[in-house]
Amino acid sequence: MMRVIGLVLGMALTTLAGLASVANAQGPLRIEITEGVIEPLPFAAPDFIPEHAGAEQMAAQITQVIAADLANTGLFREIPRNAFISTVTSFSSPVQYSDWKAINAQALITGAVSVASDGRVTVKFRLFDVFSEGPLGDGLQFVGTTASWRRMSHKVADAVYQRITGEGGYFDSRVVFVSETGPKNARRKRLAIMDYDGANVQFLTDSSTIVLAPRFSPTGDRVLYTSYETGAPKIFLLDVASVGKRPLGETPGTMTFAPRFSPDGQTVVYSLSQGGNTDIYRMTVGGGSETRLTSTPSIETAPSFSPDGSQIVFESDRSGTQQLYIMPASGGEATRISFGQGRYGTPVWSPRGDLIAFTKQNKGRFHIGVMRVDGSEERLLTASFLDEGPSWSPNGRVIMFTRESQGANGAPALYSVDITGRNLRRVPTNGAASDPAWSPLLP
Amino acid sequence: MTPITKSLFLIAGLVLAGCTSPSQFGSDGNGNTVDLNNPPVTTDPLGDPASTSYFSNAIGDRVLFAVDESTLGAEARQILQGQATWLNTNRDYAIVVEGHADEQGTREYNLALSAKRASAVQQFLVQNGVSGSRIRTVPYGKERPIEICSEETCYTKNRRAVTLLQAGIS
Repeated sequence: MMRVIGLVLGMALTTLAGLASVANAQGPLRIEITEGVIEPLPFAAPDFIPEHAGAEQMAAQITQVIAADLANTGLFREIPRNAFISTVTSFSSPVQYSDWKAINAQALITGAVSVASDGRVTVKFRLFDVFSEGPLGDGLQFVGTTASWRRMSHKVADAVYQRITGEGGYFDSRVVFVSETGPKNARRKRLAIMDYDGANVQFLTDSSTIVLAPRFSPTGDRVLYTSYETGAPKIFLLDVASVGKRPLGETPGTMTFAPRFSPDGQTVVYSLSQGGNTDIYRMTVGGGSETRLTSTPSIETAPSFSPDGSQIVFESDRSGTQQLYIMPASGGEATRISFGQGRYGTPVWSPRGDLIAFTKQNKGRFHIGVMRVDGSEERLLTASFLDEGPSWSPNGRVIMFTRESQGANGAPALYSVDITGRNLRRVPTNGAASDPAWSPLLP
Repeated sequence: MTPITKSLFLIAGLVLAGCTSPSQFGSDGNGNTVDLNNPPVTTDPLGDPASTSYFSNAIGDRVLFAVDESTLGAEARQILQGQATWLNTNRDYAIVVEGHADEQGTREYNLALSAKRASAVQQFLVQNGVSGSRIRTVPYGKERPIEICSEETCYTKNRRAVTLLQAGIS
């Protein structure tokens, strides 16, 4: 049994003493994400200083991951090294602001890396607002294991992102998904987990049975998914660290799928099919009786909790076609929120509570879209032959989803797009992939 | 090249040399190559009515559905009537009814829709005398298409419920 590499233990974070923030003359260095940024903010990230011999490669790699995190948001643009006038030779020496202004670097990230004899890595960084000629926030220092160097890079990038956009970051996170191989009529599927940027892929199951749609617990330590290993679809709970799994719910003659955690991680909401009819149920994670939440002859499925745990959004075809509905988390009267042309499915409530993402089918095309929780301000972010299954980034600003190509050789891949509809990009995976679910920000 | 490899090439060459002219070969209409000089002995497909191949070929092991529908059309009912009769005669079989959907839909909805399709078949068989204890249903959603093109010609065949025979009473 393969062990998943444990999450970083005891990664310590301290604030660096030193430069106080300077009131800036020009106005704050700030990107407002919801404005639909057209011109990415140029930044410079000279290689972090290796504080001793032997730390050079680690320092360079850390710098690259930080720069890639920021540039790949579409909100930032990295100024290439060969344009630099200054070089940063020491972490504590003063910044030559004029040199960075000359190449239009509005933000400057400097840092230093050391690797102790026991393998512990220390990463320090500072962020400077170049045109205001002062630091933006305090310097920070992270200490962690060698194995966690990517996580520390992501934490630096998250800090930079947060200070400049005012939004929480999302880079120190993971994605659980289904890795697919084989031809379209004999797909082999297995659960996999990776860093949000595609690094550190590990398999959680083998491909001996169909597995579908994994979802993280609120702390990212467990995954709910649907498996055919008992001969029919059934929801399973998997512990990420030990890769141990167990089925949930034991009512005979039923099939269960589409499970999701409640925000407190104690409850599972899911679909149950009996006698051909599919409704929404909930149960406690520890086991215990199932509570039925919908009782209609129509198809009710794909439930998702609001972040405060008080409501559930789901899809139902009770009106004749798939539409989105919201009901109290205890069940009860459901209010329809989707009213446009076409069918709506796979609703997912944003962790910010403000938007619901969904899959829309209309006139033979599929779209990922968002709408306010009252159904207003519907916006479609993508269009293709087959887009489906959105999942929110931890900060509710980016959506990851599955895009499948058309035809006999069609295959699925993971894509992400921000909520303005910009920066559509493929998430790198080795081979075909589907059903992504984004973890919360790692602690 | 190792001696073993050389021998393999030699043997392959001898085998190929045994083939005569290309016109010796034809097709059996199912895309299989047939040696016309030595045609296979064809078994009558409408053979033993108690055989599983009779069930599949003469009666039909599957019914098709319209887009987004789980209702049984006239043709489907006819096929299922034949299945029910066969199952009532050959009581040593249990069945698994697999429900399927085409790819034109989201994953969960297709699971639920395929469950409705399998259940529709199950209900029809039960109404026609087959004991429910002999029937199990499994919805596959869009996970197991039988045709892989992205056109209605393939989608039609994928929107199906398939009755699989299992020897031995469940």
